[in-house]
Amino acid sequence: MRVIPCLDVKDGRVVKGVNFTSLRDAGDPVEQAQAYDEAGADELMFLDITASSDGRSAMLDMIARTADACFMPLAVGGGVRTVEDARRLLRSGADKVSVNTAAVENPQLIAACADAFGEQCVVAAIDVKQVEAGRWEVFTYGGRKATGLDALDYAATAVTCGAGEILLTSMDRDGVKGGYDIALLKRFSEAVPIPVIASGGAGSAQHMVEAVRDGGASAVLAASIFHFGEVSLSEAKAAMAAAGLPVRDLR
Amino acid sequence: MPTVALIDYGSGNLRSAEKALARAAGTLSRGHEVVVTDAPDVIARADRIVLPGVGAFSACMDALEQRPGLLEAMTDAVQTQGRPFLGVCVGMQLLASRGLEFGPRAGLDWIKGEVRRLEPGEDALKVPHVGWNDVSALPHPLFREASTSQMYFTHSYVFDPTDPGVVLAVSDYGGTITAAVANANVAGVQFHPEKSQGAGLALIARFLEWRP
Repeated sequence: MRVIPCLDVKDGRVVKGVNFTSLRDAGDPVEQAQAYDEAGADELMFLDITASSDGRSAMLDMIARTADACFMPLAVGGGVRTVEDARRLLRSGADKVSVNTAAVENPQLIAACADAFGEQCVVAAIDVKQVEAGRWEVFTYGGRKATGLDALDYAATAVTCGAGEILLTSMDRDGVKGGYDIALLKRFSEAVPIPVIASGGAGSAQHMVEAVRDGGASAVLAASIFHFGEVSLSEAKAAMAAAGLPVRDLR
Repeated sequence: MPTVALIDYGSGNLRSAEKALARAAGTLSRGHEVVVTDAPDVIARADRIVLPGVGAFSACMDALEQRPGLLEAMTDAVQTQGRPFLGVCVGMQLLASRGLEFGPRAGLDWIKGEVRRLEPGEDALKVPHVGWNDVSALPHPLFREASTSQMYFTHSYVFDPTDPGVVLAVSDYGGTITAAVANANVAGVQFHPEKSQGAGLALIARFLEWRP
């Protein structure tokens, strides 16, 4: 069972990460990544929230510096629109690339990335809002645009195209800290054969346990509760271990 | 200084493998030069060879074959000269007689066996298998004593060697899966030591000191 902290990065600097007391520079992604590793993170996700092209090259440099110092799986997402975008991130040292809006608009992007780099490299990120009981709609452009697409239909398309994992974010729950949407996770994890990463709503270690145990998620992603120190990675993992879920030993 | 040839055949994740090799070498008293290459003459002179790999079995095999003289140089160094070899993930699977991903495809056939789709016995287990898993190893220089360590896996296919005697380490994912193989100077690991933090770097360091 994987616990994945997500760090927001702008212009090659971490703008939302944990302010570990040991860090000299909390905005330095390498220091952040090393601290998360020591705390027991199973993977790291960098979400690029940069808009400018200058910021994008800073992102590539940042990934390279992180990958050179941290020997753990790194996933990177945000603004990936082409196979070449993905290739640049992977060449810089990312292990996986997460695709969102561009893949919803053109699912062949998933197929092209899977063909070029292998399905284990491609994470289909899906932002969803519930429209009625048991039905969720896909949103794009950071949640600003409704697509009218049924999220389960799109997830099936992503799987057919060769996605290796699905990063499923509940926009209804995101930032609320009331827990992941268990019904959503259960529906998706039962419907797709590939791992589903739960995102949106984590407020406690127990929420992470529920996402895995009750929702069937293969991994949990969280940003703000780690960022603000409300839950530590070791608390999250201890809670999972106490619930009988397999977790990587803390060293 | 002894050299390690890291085979460059267009596989992703080369940079991570290179950096991990360099980092692991840095922990040893004796230095190692890491050379990223597809040049037959460089491979012929290398003291050790590492074959990384991500993606599909057939695509990786095609890429190896398309580089002039590469397979011949690797085969000579490993099979004739007996240089220590480590295959990682698909680089390990390519050791097999054949793979079944996207239809049957001949592999290197350095270790007899077949690479088949992962079919975990429990419905709730997903494919690809992604994440950290216990690896239980027999006594061997790559793992030192019989031991259990946690390594990072990401794969949809597994290697079933014909001779169970070459299986050096196993893991469990809805059934026993091959985590590492070794036969004389040829070894391979299904997991990613270059992404498995301290435990992975330690294994790479042991490979660099391995004298089969």
